[in-house]
Amino acid sequence: MTTTQEHAPNPAAGDPSRPIGYGRIQRKEDPRFVRGKGNYLDDIVLPGMLHGAVLRAPVAHARLVSIDTTEALAHPKVLAVITGKDLQALNLAWAPTLSADVQAVLVTDKVRFQGQEVAFVVAEDRYAARDALELIDVEYDVLPPVIDARRALDPDAPVIRDDIEGRTDNRIFDWEIGDAAETEAVFAAADVVVSQEVVYPRVHPAPMETCGAVADFDPVDGRLTLYETTQAPHAHRTLYAMVAGIPEHKIRVVSPDIGGGFGNKVGIYPGYVLAVVGSIVTGRPVKWVEDRSENLMSTSFARDYIMQGEIAATKEGRILAVRTSVLADHGAFNATAQPSKNPAGFFSIFTGSYDLKAAYCKVTGVYTNKAPGGVAYACSFRVTEAVYLVERMVDILARKLEMDPAELRLKNFIKPEQFPYANKTGWIYDSGNYEPAMRLSMQMAGYDELRREQLEKRERGELMGIGVSFFTETVGAGPRKHFDIVGLGMADGAELRVHPTGKAVVRISVQTQGQGHETTFAQIVAEELGIPPESIDVVHGDTDQTPFGLGTYGSRSTPVSGGAVALVARKVREKAKFIAAAMLEARPEDLEWEKGRWFVKGDPGVGKTIAEIALGAHGTVALPEGIDGNLDAEVTYDPPNLTFPFGAYICVVDVDAGTGAVKVRRFIAVDDCGTRINPMIIEGQVHGGLTDGVGMALMEIIAFDEDGNCLSGSFMDYLIPTAMEVPDWETGYTVTPSPHHPIGAKGIGESATVGSPPAIVNAIVDALAPYGVTHMDMPCTPARVWEAMQGRPRPPV
Amino acid sequence: MQIPAAFDYERASDVANALALLERHGPESRVIAGGHSLLPMMKLRLARPDWLIDINDLTELDFILREGDQLRVGALTRHTALLESTDVAGLFPIISDAERVIADPVVRNRGTIGGSLCQADPAEDLSTVCDVLRAHAVIRGPSGERIVSMSDFHRGPYETAVAQNELLYEIRFTIRPRSGSAYEKVERRVGDWAVVAAGAAVTLSADGTVEEAAIGLTAAGLDGTVPEAEAVLRGRQPHEDLFVEAARIAAAACDPVADQRGPVDYKRHLADELTRRVLRRACARAAGAQEG
Repeated sequence: MTTTQEHAPNPAAGDPSRPIGYGRIQRKEDPRFVRGKGNYLDDIVLPGMLHGAVLRAPVAHARLVSIDTTEALAHPKVLAVITGKDLQALNLAWAPTLSADVQAVLVTDKVRFQGQEVAFVVAEDRYAARDALELIDVEYDVLPPVIDARRALDPDAPVIRDDIEGRTDNRIFDWEIGDAAETEAVFAAADVVVSQEVVYPRVHPAPMETCGAVADFDPVDGRLTLYETTQAPHAHRTLYAMVAGIPEHKIRVVSPDIGGGFGNKVGIYPGYVLAVVGSIVTGRPVKWVEDRSENLMSTSFARDYIMQGEIAATKEGRILAVRTSVLADHGAFNATAQPSKNPAGFFSIFTGSYDLKAAYCKVTGVYTNKAPGGVAYACSFRVTEAVYLVERMVDILARKLEMDPAELRLKNFIKPEQFPYANKTGWIYDSGNYEPAMRLSMQMAGYDELRREQLEKRERGELMGIGVSFFTETVGAGPRKHFDIVGLGMADGAELRVHPTGKAVVRISVQTQGQGHETTFAQIVAEELGIPPESIDVVHGDTDQTPFGLGTYGSRSTPVSGGAVALVARKVREKAKFIAAAMLEARPEDLEWEKGRWFVKGDPGVGKTIAEIALGAHGTVALPEGIDGNLDAEVTYDPPNLTFPFGAYICVVDVDAGTGAVKVRRFIAVDDCGTRINPMIIEGQVHGGLTDGVGMALMEIIAFDEDGNCLSGSFMDYLIPTAMEVPDWETGYTVTPSPHHPIGAKGIGESATVGSPPAIVNAIVDALAPYGVTHMDMPCTPARVWEAMQGRPRPPV
Repeated sequence: MQIPAAFDYERASDVANALALLERHGPESRVIAGGHSLLPMMKLRLARPDWLIDINDLTELDFILREGDQLRVGALTRHTALLESTDVAGLFPIISDAERVIADPVVRNRGTIGGSLCQADPAEDLSTVCDVLRAHAVIRGPSGERIVSMSDFHRGPYETAVAQNELLYEIRFTIRPRSGSAYEKVERRVGDWAVVAAGAAVTLSADGTVEEAAIGLTAAGLDGTVPEAEAVLRGRQPHEDLFVEAARIAAAACDPVADQRGPVDYKRHLADELTRRVLRRACARAAGAQEG
């Protein structure tokens, strides 16, 4: 992989050659992964453990007539078969979702999507559990389904959620933001207006490890230990306490090593609840692990936004306003994981990186007979959809104005002196310096040379495209007063203990799924305390061992938990000053800090290292009033604002004119995530996100037939990219620290997933310009590209 | 983890033993070689044999031999071995073309030519390749050995001439002088089944005209080859206009169905486009081929 180390000084670290906390060190967690010593959910085996399997609905919409479990119960290895009726008796048939809706744990009245949970078998082994599913006899009365979101609000559309009293249609919400009248006025006066329907199809996070749980309920002391594939162990524990009535101090949620999350493992799935019920019913631990088809067909999807976009500009190319109307398909239950005041997530960042005079959007959410979920898949709460929309619209505008798309963007960026920048939908962009990032990407790409090559190729009838995208994210939710999930403020805690010998342990509330937390957070402490990262252990993923916090998603670990960790380390450092003063018989105000050591001003030979101070704290030195005998601290960090990472991406594609097959030839990604901690981890995140982007742009879609059968229920049908489809990534960076974050970091987890699909699609549309193509929807499969070339592009099925 | 229904398993020691086991366990037994088609189907419970007869120890079925005007390939020959064989690449470049786009290296290391042909998936690349090369299949059963042409071998999707108590033993390809062949596939992603693929083989006369030709299509709803297009090619000088004409006939002869990989008109277009490409390449290769 090529990395351009651009002349980017790191003001936060104060030294351009050394990023925060020892920079590019190898990941502390990798030795166990590369040696096969990780401990994933399915590796957990408890004494006497049973296995659960879920019977799923074969149809999308049907009234449940009857369930006969007699034969399954007669299976010699089956211990229990649980149905919706059993759960009703426990008041657990329905569970609250993360979006103020309810979701059936097991069907009681009606099946609402294909793959919905109908019954749960608990057996001696996983084979018997699966076999017994075939012995359950279910009778369904099939109903017409609602599959196309565009039809969901038709007057004659079947009402999917007749379980909700008084509901007469499939509308979930109408939500709007921005000034409609002001926007209309700007549009009416504009020289140029272009509009386009832009569809972001339903896709799936498809983590390598599917979801699962091991529930262990101890009937003697009423304690539940629940191992789960979760990105948010603390939030889950609180919700179980609220819903299941088990006191919170009796619940321990453990999230072991996680094989990828991407948002898929934020919510609480029926399978988790069923494992708990199974353990309560049988008195033994119960493991439930879904298979690949179950994961693809029933767990949190992402996107599924049908967006009508409009953009207004002067004829000279000054962008004035963006307006959009969105139809959002939320599936059968509104189980979207997002802050409760934001029914469309952070979609309102669709104003992009441009200084607009006006902006307005309205979003209508609807129910359909498809799997619930949403806002999964590395999207920063719908930032992905927002960025895709605005970056497609800017490209379409560039074509209309016959301007170069990079030049049009450069002309309209928010200027560095405008930050903090208040956009037209209520966000305060913390910091940004867009033009240097754009220029760097163009320089790395050899932009002008590429355009010349494209011209030559076009004359020969060869199709080459160059796509540009520039994105601004809003991540790191967020300030408690604005952001909560089911009432829990989106803050995160950190606890730091320095042991007597100067080694430390930091306990954090977020959970890693591959992001490298065990390394990154150790590096932050290392930076602040001046002890090496290998002397610091990071503990996470166990509610009994870590402070409360909302978990890892929406690129929030470094912006929120990273802030908590920096602050807790500073708190320890400050405490260390008082202890050092006592040890040195000096006044605290006479001490000065250099990395790892407090010393007497003017007498650098007299000082104490963190290790010496730790021993002193636990030793016999007389401590000053108010300082207790340890070197520990804890904080909960409530960020004052979100962070706004940005980046400039350029993609080069070649399209086979005879077959429509697309080859991504080059991809240049310049990211600015503020202060950089471990560049290797950052690059890894970017590589992964770019690969995601290639998947979504070229091949990924969860498709349905008209009866609601999921056509993408295996990796033979739901395609994810391989090394063969991606180029040698060319990454670069600029550094614009966040002014409010303790170390200036902004988060990088989702930048590339957000920024890459528009760059790729823009490149493909650019390649197809000789055919008059101005837009096509993802996925850009050979067939769909060919259809666009024939002048009849289709929205995705 | 996808979990298949319960099954029993036996490991055959040689061909005779494999045939005896098939006889003993009857219609609910299936032969397993590379397992890359059968195992996924079992995990999805689309296939549920009672018995698996594992033939991976039958090294006598793993060979690539050139004998006279025949290239003999054992049924247990792995895709990787075919891809790496210089004999195969030199004599039948269509096989190398196809093997390069069959699945991925992990699958190619396990999957076998016999398994591919016996699975008889309509999107199976090697079925088209064998059709186009007019190969013959050697089948062994309780009553001995028989040799069938590919047109007799194929009985429709997932069906072949190999009876339940028989074993595909080898595939025979006839080596013809002044011949060339080629294969090209469009797929949505490496490792995906073909959207459509085309294969062609031509033999030129001493005067450079087409003596014999064969065109096949994968995943396009075509049984066997396209005799009408082949008739058009025969006796004529290879030329772009000729390829266009033959490809048009091939595209008209196929009967693709719409699915997630594409609509019918696109697939028909691909049949046309890819046929032109493989004819072009096959003829160029034939012109460059050495005598015999």
